[in-house]
Amino acid sequence: MTSREKHDLRCGLAFCAPWFIGLGVFMMYPVVASLFYSFCDYSVLQSPVWIGLENYHRMAGDAVFWQSLKNTLFYAALSLPLGMIVSLLLAMLLNTQVRGMTVFRVIFYLPAIIPIVAGSMLWLWIFNGQYGLLNWALRPILGVLGQAPPTWLADPAWAKPALVLMSLWGVGNSMVIYLAGLQDVPKELYESAEIDGANWWGRLWYITLPMISPVIYFNLIMGIIGTLQVFTQVFVMTGGAEGAPARSTLFYALYLFSTAFYDLRMGYASAMAWVLFVLIVALTILATKLTEKWVYYSG
Amino acid sequence: MSRISAVLLCLLLGGCGGAPDGKVHVSYWEKWTGAEGEAMQKVVDQFNRRQDKIVVEYLGISDLARKTLIATAGGDPPDVAGIWLANTYTFADLNALVPLDDFIRGEGTTPEKWAERYDPVYGDMGVYRGATWAVPSTPSVAVLYWNKAMFRAAGLDPEHPPRTLAELDDMAEKLTKRDPQTGDITQLGFLPQEPGWFAWAFPQWFGGRLWDGQEITIGTAPGNLECYQWVQKYTEKYGLEPIKAFTSGFGNFASPQNPFFSAQIAMVFQGVWLNNYIRQFAPGMEYGCAPWPAVKPELADFADAEADMLAIPRGAKHPKEAWEFIKFVSSLNPQARSQKELLGMELLCFLQEKNSPLRQWSPFFEQHHPHPYIELFRRLAQSPHAVHTPKIGIWEEFASEQGEVFEKVRLLMEPPAAALAFCQGRVAERWAEHRRSLARHGLYAGTAAPQSSAAEGHPFP
Repeated sequence: MTSREKHDLRCGLAFCAPWFIGLGVFMMYPVVASLFYSFCDYSVLQSPVWIGLENYHRMAGDAVFWQSLKNTLFYAALSLPLGMIVSLLLAMLLNTQVRGMTVFRVIFYLPAIIPIVAGSMLWLWIFNGQYGLLNWALRPILGVLGQAPPTWLADPAWAKPALVLMSLWGVGNSMVIYLAGLQDVPKELYESAEIDGANWWGRLWYITLPMISPVIYFNLIMGIIGTLQVFTQVFVMTGGAEGAPARSTLFYALYLFSTAFYDLRMGYASAMAWVLFVLIVALTILATKLTEKWVYYSG
Repeated sequence: MSRISAVLLCLLLGGCGGAPDGKVHVSYWEKWTGAEGEAMQKVVDQFNRRQDKIVVEYLGISDLARKTLIATAGGDPPDVAGIWLANTYTFADLNALVPLDDFIRGEGTTPEKWAERYDPVYGDMGVYRGATWAVPSTPSVAVLYWNKAMFRAAGLDPEHPPRTLAELDDMAEKLTKRDPQTGDITQLGFLPQEPGWFAWAFPQWFGGRLWDGQEITIGTAPGNLECYQWVQKYTEKYGLEPIKAFTSGFGNFASPQNPFFSAQIAMVFQGVWLNNYIRQFAPGMEYGCAPWPAVKPELADFADAEADMLAIPRGAKHPKEAWEFIKFVSSLNPQARSQKELLGMELLCFLQEKNSPLRQWSPFFEQHHPHPYIELFRRLAQSPHAVHTPKIGIWEEFASEQGEVFEKVRLLMEPPAAALAFCQGRVAERWAEHRRSLARHGLYAGTAAPQSSAAEGHPFP
């Protein structure tokens, strides 16, 4: 290596150093440390004491842990497919040739850039059982059937569906990704399909969906990761980490947070974080295996 | 040149042997903002004016307990922290606070005599396992507030609040109104969950016990089951769905839509601070304050008394100066005859419109307190049946589990006995685990009984 090359190497490394240090100190170290702490009795204030697999054993018998997992999977199972369908349908609508399309695109994307706390406060009012906009609309419809609308967040049976409903409001990000995918589908494929006499459904099923399948796959994986870690809106809307009412909205991340920072059981919370990590990796691998037959990468 | 650079660097970093004014700067983290924060700022200013060696810097912090904890773990805590009472025992268990006993002795008194300056319920709060870990700043007592206009409209004597539980239930029924056509509730007399802040004390109100100083007793002590059966009866009486529909329209506490302010509910358990909010959000409202209705005659004048606490986190850089400030906040001018003459604790409690936790009140504080019922608060704080947050290092979890019992019972999801049994099992397991964890770390692993601390190798100074 010449002295010039050595100098360039030093400069290169120096420029990369902030990133390496940042990644190492703020990402890699906490990740590795949390793995170590998951095998420890650790309260943040005291040094960790090694206890082997005790935290993991305890988790197996922790009824509230299982309840939080069940709540999270329920939410993910509803929110993920519904979110994907709604965002795809919106993207398809926003991909048509209509006057003022830019305005529509902005309107549908807008909720995604509203701060999550502000959005949550807004939805708190929409879900208000007595004065909420949603029940104002539902009351006359359900009144015909002699039914009263649910009280949403105040009802353990309806609190999770309410949060699912709210999640559909923020599909803007995945919608934009779908839209980009839709615009990448070559026009000539549609033209030749039309010449062959394919109808709208045929074009969707045989051209659009296969051509955007990598985008669907991407949104699926991001959706799995996102829905299993849902936290902020629940924390804001149900008034803390209790998962009110009656733990019906106690999601995994909420229980993890309260275990770590309210109960000061950082070791147990670290173990929970690693179980969630393994769960997400497993579901991602499963999703990849199940979808590899129909994900088509053109070009 | 290099000397100038070094001096500049020192100035920039703010180091080089203390503040430029030669005073010790004490950092004080507190939870209060708004009017309550301004009140404390005035006390801080008073302290800073009255001496020239220490400057206390007040910093309002959200989620204070969590931040103090992390700062303490990181070795850079504030010098004074205004923690919640419930945090005190957990922090003490985890060795996160500096015991105040040596400072108290340094004042030429004993911790016992120091505690005697307060009403017994407040003097006892910071004492845990034989040491004083924190002292009260502002206290509160929860009482029954009732809306006199609603009483009058329902044909009840507006000057006669319920004295017994039977009277409470009876008046609640008379004050409840329904829409004659739809059957929907339009007004409630009383509801155990509104606002529910003091629901943790309900079992003790019924003569029950949450734990006995050794073992968890929420699922076993008599009185507890009776308490939750009473909670359940309210839902059964008014109907789960009508209650849910009616209460879902309730607004925030600090708003005119607060159901007590908007005359949607006639009686609530609330703290001393409510007068302040009534003036702000429901000016002119006619209300009264009364002791908790007696569940059992022998438990008359039951009260839930709480306090915010001042503590010195372990690792604080200026513990002596921090103590000087805490001592000042705990002081009063017994001769004060005007607001200007109020000092320390009394200035704080006067401005925050709360009762003083000290036994002695100055003539001005006693006679000109803005809360018209302040004497009742004082009497209840001195009651032998005043209770406060249990002295147990896992109280946050305990309270959370107890809250779940309340939720499950009021929502008719589980019978009270089953909900209590689940809670008993879970909290007892956590309590055993907590003690095991303390033992593992070489910390105190016994119970709350202070006399056993020496025998079990109490590691605290």
